[in-house]
Amino acid sequence: MSNVTTVLLCGVGGQGTVLAADLLARAAMAAGRVVKVSEIHGMAQRGGAVTTVVRFGDEVRSMVTDPGCADVVVSFETTEALRNLPFLKEGGRLLVADEAIKPLPVTTGKASMPQAARERLASLGAALIPATELAREAGTAKAGNVVLLGALSTALGFAPEVWEEVIVRRVPPKTVEANLAAFRAGAAFASGQAKEAAR
Amino acid sequence: MELMSGNEAIAQGAWEAGARVGVAYPGTPSTETLEEFARKEGVYAEWCVNEKVAVEVGIGASAAGARVLATMKHVGVNVAADPLFTAAYTGVGGGMVILAADDPGMYSSQNEQDSHYYAQAAHVPMLDPSDADEALRFTREAYELSERFDVPVFVRSSVRISHTKTPVEPGPRAEVPLVPYETNPAKWVMMPAFAKPRRKVQLERIEALKAWAEDCPYNRMERRGVAVGVVCAGSAYQHVVEALPDASVFKLGCTWPLPARRLRDFAASVDALYVVEEASEYLTEAVQALGIEVSAFPAGLPRDGELTPGLVRAAFGLEAPAHAEAPADLPARPPALCPGCPHRLVFKELTRIKAIVTGDIGCYTLGALPPLSAMDTCVDMGASVSMAHGFELALAGTEHRPVVAVIGDSTFAHSGLSSLVSTVYNQGSGTVCVLDNRTTAMTGRQGNPFNGETLQKRPSRELDLEGVVCALGVEDVRTVDPYDLKAVRTALKEAAASDALTVLVFRRPCVLLDRVREEPYAVGDACTACGVCTTLGCPAIAKDPETGRASIDAGLCIGCGQCAQYCAFGAILGPTVLTNGGTADAAASPSTQSIPDTGENLADFGGPASKKGGAHE
Repeated sequence: MSNVTTVLLCGVGGQGTVLAADLLARAAMAAGRVVKVSEIHGMAQRGGAVTTVVRFGDEVRSMVTDPGCADVVVSFETTEALRNLPFLKEGGRLLVADEAIKPLPVTTGKASMPQAARERLASLGAALIPATELAREAGTAKAGNVVLLGALSTALGFAPEVWEEVIVRRVPPKTVEANLAAFRAGAAFASGQAKEAAR
Repeated sequence: MELMSGNEAIAQGAWEAGARVGVAYPGTPSTETLEEFARKEGVYAEWCVNEKVAVEVGIGASAAGARVLATMKHVGVNVAADPLFTAAYTGVGGGMVILAADDPGMYSSQNEQDSHYYAQAAHVPMLDPSDADEALRFTREAYELSERFDVPVFVRSSVRISHTKTPVEPGPRAEVPLVPYETNPAKWVMMPAFAKPRRKVQLERIEALKAWAEDCPYNRMERRGVAVGVVCAGSAYQHVVEALPDASVFKLGCTWPLPARRLRDFAASVDALYVVEEASEYLTEAVQALGIEVSAFPAGLPRDGELTPGLVRAAFGLEAPAHAEAPADLPARPPALCPGCPHRLVFKELTRIKAIVTGDIGCYTLGALPPLSAMDTCVDMGASVSMAHGFELALAGTEHRPVVAVIGDSTFAHSGLSSLVSTVYNQGSGTVCVLDNRTTAMTGRQGNPFNGETLQKRPSRELDLEGVVCALGVEDVRTVDPYDLKAVRTALKEAAASDALTVLVFRRPCVLLDRVREEPYAVGDACTACGVCTTLGCPAIAKDPETGRASIDAGLCIGCGQCAQYCAFGAILGPTVLTNGGTADAAASPSTQSIPDTGENLADFGGPASKKGGAHE
């Protein structure tokens, strides 16, 4: 099973992790891989913490993952990135939308947001991606999940055409351009960060 | 190849087998199965009011000769158990397949019972797919099995089968004619005189099924090393193969009845035999009952919750990869009632009158969580009404807090009605609140008798909720707008003070139905940092950790105005006040999410789930 790639997507119910996972899975299929996507539906979707696991390779067995086993963790929110840190493999990639959403225990004053979440994530090598901002520039603030997919694409090695074909097929015609632009913006941002890190 | 979830694959398998009738009550993780089946050509599908009714409709259609698909979550099988056990006597006409979708780990359920026990107890064969590809094939072939052995067949799934997508090759539909129906009381009238001979038929069938299981094409041995042999099924099989690449595996595709001879041969061929299963001892005990010695895990396997490859490795003492620990200072992120949810004020007022609240199954069970913390009990569908009656019986003659049942519209139709009939019949008292949000919200907004929407959009009509309750003999029935604080407060206060049984119908559509958004509210200078508004548990309202003052996230607020009515200082201002020169703090932060509901948000991008109606509880 060594050729299997595991991507864990996490965030807050309502952020579009399910669609991002679907697009990723279809890109992997188009690139000739076997794929499994495991989602959680139900109560957690009411603003709770959610995770989706996408695994692909020549042969995929389990549909879930364990601590230390995810090649990439894509988090749609900084607190959830910290929560899901244990899943990241040593040397794995951590892509995080640079956004913090306060859960109810925080907004009601019963708990606090983690201190210096961004700085801690950055020190762990996370790429902090201004997903909503890049999406807004691309034409729709709602395409933050596609920005993150663009960033993720730089870690996976499928040809850009494979991704773009999937996006064109899966989003409504009216939003194709904005989504493609969002995807490219995410990819460009992540490659720029990688180059900076290499310097 | 198409990317399909296990649920979609089961629907496809039933369709390919020529199934023409589909019946269900929604329940996570089974819901999308019948929704997907309903979209296919040449089928009739309906939401029934509960799983018992669904299986009975199914048995009727099967008796009349049609192939039938009935789907339900694991606890739905409890509701359907009565007809199910006897359907295993009558047998079928057209093939009948029942999906039992288990929820180990309890992502969206009140228990993690194992449906395998039903197969064993009712003597209904159970097929156990380990991915969507098998789910399609097993379901398709289950119809032949059902007709060959004259018995309904279970397809068992779990969250990780139902909600895992993988590429599947769909096939064409077989057109299967109706099996001609002929009156046959000896088969279909299960009174003692006929049931006794059918019991003998069943016993013969059990032996025939056991013989079939020995050569069953769904069971297979995978020979690897001899040191460790593992018996497993379903998603556990995938975890085992990944975790223990050197182990020999006996993969069961049929988990009742078990292939005794083949399992004994397998046990004899390995040094130690283990059984790996999720949140249950069914398989372990069933294998032991065949006289096979089952070894204990060197390091133990959890007996509750879901398995993963890592947990299987840990059970065998194998080490885990290095990984970081999550920081200790993370706040929990529990699910919450949506901004604008019409249940909010009802719960808040119930805490004010210090009611004992017997709750029920649905979104509104979230009213049990802080800060509302407004629910005392939640057991099963319909239990709010009957448990309230029980509380009243036990507390009769004592000074006690008001007892109030809280139940949603769909749950009320499912089994709350029969509970209410019983309370009325026995001259019960107390208060029943029906939170009528015009939908079956938690599972993804399905139709139900009270909103009059049917699964395939056939014409129906809305069942008159107040009319039904009146007809049962409840004299005090009131309809209340749950957005109107004064009306909610008055109604609950009067109902609590009354000795008579009162039914309050709080009617307001779920905010996820039409997604109406009014202009957002904002917090003005009059805020005294008293914190009362944050006790409503609205995700749009936040308390400043430094000043204690409230603020409203304009991106989340849908302008329902419930909080403004609750503020004693008039500090929460609606859009009219704001545009007339009132001053308000700017919203706390730019919106980073819309109304929290994944299925619907996908519609923003036209993702696949947007057409399919997401599925929740």
